[in-house]
Amino acid sequence: MLTIKLQHHFEGFRLDVDFTAPPGLTVLFGSSGSGKTSIINAVAGLLRPDVGKVVLAGSTLLDTRTGVYVPPHQRQIGYVFQEGRLFPHLSVAGNLTFGQKSEDPVAMSRIVDLLGISHLLERQPNTLSGGEKQRVAIGRALISKPSLLLADEPLAALDEARKSEILPYFERLRDEIATPIVYVSHSATEVARLATSVVALENGRVIGQGPAMDLLADSSVAPMGIRSVGAVIEGRVGEHCPDGLSELRAGGERLYVPKVAQKVGETIRVRIPAHEVLLAIDEPHAISALNVFKGTVRGLQPTEDRGVVVTLETSAGLILSRVTERSASSLGLQLGATCFAIVKTVAIAPEDVGG
Amino acid sequence: MGLGPSEWQAVFLSIKVGLWATILSLPVGIFVAYALARWEFRGKQFLNALVHLPLVLPPVVTGYLLLLVFGTRGAVGSFLADLGVVLAFQWTGAVLAAAIMAFPLMVRAIRLSIEAVDRKLEDAAATLGASPIQVFRRITLPLILPGVVAGSVLAFAKAIGEFGATITFVANIPGQTQTIPSAIYAFLQVPDGEGVALRLVAISILIAIAAVLVSESIAQRVARKVGER
Repeated sequence: MLTIKLQHHFEGFRLDVDFTAPPGLTVLFGSSGSGKTSIINAVAGLLRPDVGKVVLAGSTLLDTRTGVYVPPHQRQIGYVFQEGRLFPHLSVAGNLTFGQKSEDPVAMSRIVDLLGISHLLERQPNTLSGGEKQRVAIGRALISKPSLLLADEPLAALDEARKSEILPYFERLRDEIATPIVYVSHSATEVARLATSVVALENGRVIGQGPAMDLLADSSVAPMGIRSVGAVIEGRVGEHCPDGLSELRAGGERLYVPKVAQKVGETIRVRIPAHEVLLAIDEPHAISALNVFKGTVRGLQPTEDRGVVVTLETSAGLILSRVTERSASSLGLQLGATCFAIVKTVAIAPEDVGG
Repeated sequence: MGLGPSEWQAVFLSIKVGLWATILSLPVGIFVAYALARWEFRGKQFLNALVHLPLVLPPVVTGYLLLLVFGTRGAVGSFLADLGVVLAFQWTGAVLAAAIMAFPLMVRAIRLSIEAVDRKLEDAAATLGASPIQVFRRITLPLILPGVVAGSVLAFAKAIGEFGATITFVANIPGQTQTIPSAIYAFLQVPDGEGVALRLVAISILIAIAAVLVSESIAQRVARKVGER
C-alpha cells in the first residue's frame, strides 16, 4: 500500500495529487505534462516536493510537515527509467548486480530466466537492442530486491514490435512477483493490459481512480483524449479456431478476436476502442461483423467534438461506443434503452489483447 | 646519446618532478573540478579564478608569489620549516611550482568530463541503493576516467616543461632543481652549449610524444570499455 500526497510548484505547472495505490500494478495514466513522472520521482526521492507525504507499507519516506526525507538510496525502491539508463561502463551482469546487497544466485537466475536475458550477461549495454536494454533495466531494478517497483513509460522509447516484446514481461511481473508496481503510461493499451488499478491524471491533478476495468469503462475519464477511449472485456480463452481466430467466453457471450498466444482456459483482457463499436436498435442479421452484444444503455456522455460516448451494459461487461450526436438522436438512444453493440474482429488490435 | 651525467640528472629530475606534481595534484584536482562542476557555493567564482590564475599570470610572478608564501620566511614556508620541510630551492619546491602551474589544465579537463556525465545515471545508481560516495566511486569516477587521464597527461607535460615559476622559486641548481628547461636555458647561456641544449630539446620532444601516445592508448581502452564508440 502506497499513500501519496504531493504539492509542488513547477514553472507554469502545479502538481497537486492525493491518492493511494493498492497492491498490484497501478498505472498512472495521463498525457505528457500531466505530472506522472514527477509523482514517481517524488516517490523515489529524486524530486523533493514543496509539500508532501509519501508512506510505503507503513513506513514514512517523506513528510515535509515533520521534516522526514529518506534519501533515494535508502528507500529500497526499484526504478525502471524510460531510457533504461544502463551503466555504459559495466557489462550486463555488472548492471544486474549493481544494486545487489548480498549474492543471491537463486533470485538472480529466477529473474534472469523470467526476463529471458541469460544469454546477454557478458555483453556491454551499447551492443543491446532497445528491448534487450529495457529487460536488463527491469532485471537490475528487481535484483536490488525493492519493496516497490516504479516504471516510467518503459515502453515509450521502443517501436511497436519491441513494445509487444516487453509487455508480456510486465504481465508476468504483475502476476508472479509480489512487489507492487507503479507504472507510468500514456497508452490506453498498456493500461488495459497491465493495470490492476488506474490513477488518471490531467494537468497535475487526479481526474479519476479505480480498478482498471471500471475506470476504462468510465466515459467521463479520457486523459489521453477521446480517441483512446475504450472499455475492456475480460474473458477466458475458449477455443482456438482453425481459421485464425480465437474464441473468448465472457459472461456467457462469445467474443471472436484475432488468434491469441494464450492457452485455452487462460483469462485475458481485450480493449475495444469506443470508435470501433457500431450500435443498432434492432438485432442485426447477415452482417460481416462477428461480435454482436445485446445490452442496455447505462450512460450517454457528450464529447467536445459533438459526439456521444454510449455506455452499454452487456452480459460480457461494459462496452463503450462513440457515435455522432446525429446518430445518437436518430436512434433515439436513451438511458435504459436496449440496443446492440457490433464489434468487428479485425477492429481489435493484437496489442490490445493480453493477459 | 652524448649527454653528460648532469644532463641525465636534469632529464630524470624533470620526469620525477612531473610525476610527483601530477600524482599529488590529482586528488585535489578531481575534488576541485567536482566542486566547480556540481556544487553551488559562495566564493565559487573566486575559486574558479584562483585555479585559473597560474594560466594567465606571468610564470615569474607565480614563482615570486610562491617564494613569498612558501619561502623560509614566508607565512606557510616558515611554518613548514619548523616542521623540517623546506621547499624553496629544493626539488620538492620544483614539484610544488610545477603542480600549481599545471593545475588549471588538469582541472579544466576533469571538469569538462564531469559536466559531460549524464546525471540521470547517478540518479539510477541511487535508486539501486548506492550512497553518494558509492555513486561517485562506482559511476562518476569510471565515467570520467578518460578526462582524468587527459588532464593528467596535460598536467604532466606542462609540469615537465615548466620554466618561469620553477626557476624563480627554486633557482637552477644542477642536480637539485635543474629540470630540462632550466638546463636548456643554462646551456644556451654558455659558449658551445648549443649541442647539449639541442639534445635536451630532442629528449623533451620524445617525452612529450610518448606522453600523448600513452594517454591516447589509455583513453581508447577506457572508451572501448565504456562503449562510447
